[in-house]
Amino acid sequence: MSRPGITKREERALKHPDTGGRGVADTFPALLLHHARLRGEWTAIREKDLGIWQSWSWSQVAEEVRALACGLAAQGFKRGMNLAIIGDNRPRLYWSFAAAQSLGGVPVPLYQDSVAQEMLYVLENAEIEYAIVEDQEQVDKLLEILPQYPKLKHIYYDDPRGLRNYRQPQLMAYDRLREIGLEHHRQHPDLFHGAVAQVRPEDVCVMLYTSGTTGKPKGVCHTHAGFIAAARGDMEFDGFTPDDEVLSYLPMAWVGDHLFSYGQAMVAGFTVNCPESSETVMTDMREIGPTYYFGPPRVFENLLTTVMIRIDDASRVKRHLFHSFMKVARRCGAEIMDGKPVSLSDRLLYWLGDLLIYGPLRNVLGMSRIRVAYTGGAAIGPDLYRFYRSIGINLKQLYGQTETSVYVCKQATGAAKLDSVGRPLPGVEIKIAGNGEVLVKTPGMLKEYYKRPDATAESISPDGYFLTGDAGFLDADGDLKIIDRARDVGKLADGSLFAPQFVENKLKFFPCIKEAVCFGDQREMVCAFINIDMQAVGNWAEKRNLPYSGYIDLAGRPEVYDLIQKCVEQINADLAKEPHLAGSQIRRFLVLHKELDPDEDELTRTRKVRRSFVAQKYAVLVDALFGSKASQFIRTQVRFEDGRTGNIEADVKIRDAATYSAAALRINA
Amino acid sequence: MNANPADRRIGDVILKMENISLTFGGVKALNEISFDVCEHEIRAIIGPNGAGKSSLLNVINGVYHPNEGTITYKGNTRRQMRPHEAASQGIARTFQNIALFKGMTVLDNIMTGRTLKMHAGFLSQCLYYGSARREELEHREKVEQIIDFLQIESIRKTPVGRLAYGLQKRVELGRALAAEPELLLLDEPMAGMNVEEKQDMSRFILDVNDEFGTTIVLIEHDMGVVMDLSDRVVVLDYGRNIGDGTPDEVRGNQAVIDAYLGVAH
Repeated sequence: MSRPGITKREERALKHPDTGGRGVADTFPALLLHHARLRGEWTAIREKDLGIWQSWSWSQVAEEVRALACGLAAQGFKRGMNLAIIGDNRPRLYWSFAAAQSLGGVPVPLYQDSVAQEMLYVLENAEIEYAIVEDQEQVDKLLEILPQYPKLKHIYYDDPRGLRNYRQPQLMAYDRLREIGLEHHRQHPDLFHGAVAQVRPEDVCVMLYTSGTTGKPKGVCHTHAGFIAAARGDMEFDGFTPDDEVLSYLPMAWVGDHLFSYGQAMVAGFTVNCPESSETVMTDMREIGPTYYFGPPRVFENLLTTVMIRIDDASRVKRHLFHSFMKVARRCGAEIMDGKPVSLSDRLLYWLGDLLIYGPLRNVLGMSRIRVAYTGGAAIGPDLYRFYRSIGINLKQLYGQTETSVYVCKQATGAAKLDSVGRPLPGVEIKIAGNGEVLVKTPGMLKEYYKRPDATAESISPDGYFLTGDAGFLDADGDLKIIDRARDVGKLADGSLFAPQFVENKLKFFPCIKEAVCFGDQREMVCAFINIDMQAVGNWAEKRNLPYSGYIDLAGRPEVYDLIQKCVEQINADLAKEPHLAGSQIRRFLVLHKELDPDEDELTRTRKVRRSFVAQKYAVLVDALFGSKASQFIRTQVRFEDGRTGNIEADVKIRDAATYSAAALRINA
Repeated sequence: MNANPADRRIGDVILKMENISLTFGGVKALNEISFDVCEHEIRAIIGPNGAGKSSLLNVINGVYHPNEGTITYKGNTRRQMRPHEAASQGIARTFQNIALFKGMTVLDNIMTGRTLKMHAGFLSQCLYYGSARREELEHREKVEQIIDFLQIESIRKTPVGRLAYGLQKRVELGRALAAEPELLLLDEPMAGMNVEEKQDMSRFILDVNDEFGTTIVLIEHDMGVVMDLSDRVVVLDYGRNIGDGTPDEVRGNQAVIDAYLGVAH
């Protein structure tokens, strides 16, 4: 049964949907048209709007993209131009990627929670003239920087709410642009397909700005060929099919979301679901029940914190059931999932636990249908990782960067190890440099940093390896283990290894600790800043009738210090067991008087700690930690959400924590 | 919805109160009050405690019947009206103390605001059949638009009793909006809120006025809010109208200053 307009090759592809358009379509617009021909009526994308999941089929998406591309073309958008895309995960914004690509342009997603001045840098660097944004919030930011950047000529907005009285000539509603596009298509029916045919696999398909842990953000340019190769590699590795469902909730400007909600979806043809709003993600996830899930460790951490808080509020019987069955799960859950030998009694207990606890818990988390889940972007705390695996969620780690299209290492199902990030994926070569840095050659390699040949030359070695900046090694099984950022891994004064992130991640597993920053390089001991988790600790304090007026007050409470001290000492006991890390036990710590905040540049937009910046900003506190003071006064300038600044001051107490014998033995020896 | 902003300008008088007096036994709650409200404007009623502000709202939507005076609403002059008549003529309100169904979800609470617009019979509603089904779908869509407008998607299915106070106020506004009122009476919409909640609520009130062209009469104690939001202000004290005009005029009015700050007798 052959369908009109479908070639023999495509018919083969239809019978074997897992080919991901290989040999038929080598650019993203071509892939879109490929799916529209092959499975036009299948659902491509959904969005919850007015409480109802609205669906668009692949052929509808192709029409929408065509209308948008024609609209942009009519407005003067041409090959070689860059299109800024800013907003939450919305179908129309995903279509904007495809529309820009269809015309040979390059989509440039920006973080939607960036403040206007941060956006200015990217807009200038990428010479943006056209922008498609979500709503009034983003329009306001662009209008704010318009005087500094008059080159921005066209701003299209999806949601017209609140914008009716805006009279700026640069503004136009997305709906109007779409109408223009439909009209333009009627007049020039060959324009779209002609433009798509001109897109070449070696063209740049997207520019993703790195979060800039160091220096100004850099625009990472990927080609269609590279990004599609990475997405296809992933598809083959994990067996994604058009039946898979994902929930797109991560910032569109992050490579993770771009690969997962755009790259892989376009290749494998699975369904992308956009949540109703960022607050409804949990509910939406339960309704959709995705089969494939990707999140940075932070997301898994937050989910777990929410669960733990609710368990603490549950009745005594439920609490008891939960904790005793979680013990069983920790003992044998991951082993059962990996098909390892487990005693019959444990199997029976686990089966009962699955019925009573793990199954319902997976359901609450919206993870009942998860076939494969990944985490990456930062090291995951081993305990956190084990929790999800033990309740039967196939959570695996992967390793990659924006520059490598996150296509470097992945753990295979059944071969997941706590402390490794898996084996090199097909087509990837890994080398370890003399200083321990991991060097990577991957099909998903970046083309270049935009307008930064110096940075490109620094990051790609002459023989074609990307310098990741991470320190690691390949173990006996050939699995890659990452210790830390190469430049962060340090040595204590006595020469023993100091891996700050490793310790911080251990601390952050405690629900009451939100952020931790460890110091110790070239010093004789390790000390830490702790940020308490307001939600978890606030709840804890309420239960104990502990009054507090706000964050600063709560953070300074001796009871809270006692709580944190217990956590720190438990970590010390854990560290003492590992000979090469025993020196990293935390001797002194303090609870910081304010939350570390991306708006204050203390964290990156992806919420990684800027260690050296924090050390500099709170130098007095660091000195006090390494001194012998019991408290230190500090005044810190803070920026409020409305842009005003103010000072907060506090007398921050410092506590000593007990360290354990292994360390004591080593020092004596 | 896409009307020209010129259309949004304040129109003719929609509600005119003339010489309204209301007594409870020997207490004169309202004493010969006269004032008017124009289409599309935001009209504030201010005054010290016990000045008769809430009584005046109750007179407008028919809960209290004035002893004297006349009310002209959309050209119809009358002395008395029952609350459901007021509602069916496009007057909706919120209350000083939240009056929601605590055990029902946000969605259901807002749905109750649609009651007057439902026409299907009892039986067909029970069976969820025919016109009842069609109607329910239409009403649900309208309610969802309001949920979207007020940005309360994440609490759609949460029982109202479990929500924070500020959110309950927002739900109550949602229920009033569900009736698609022409005249919206808000009794202290921002009482007991923190600064951020007040900012949100002010934004919603302005948006309602702007998006739907709804005429709004509001009682509020926060003078900053009143001066920022309203087009005209009427000031009551001991049941008397002691000042009426734009926020700036009222601010300069000696009688108003005396009523608020007290005066040596």
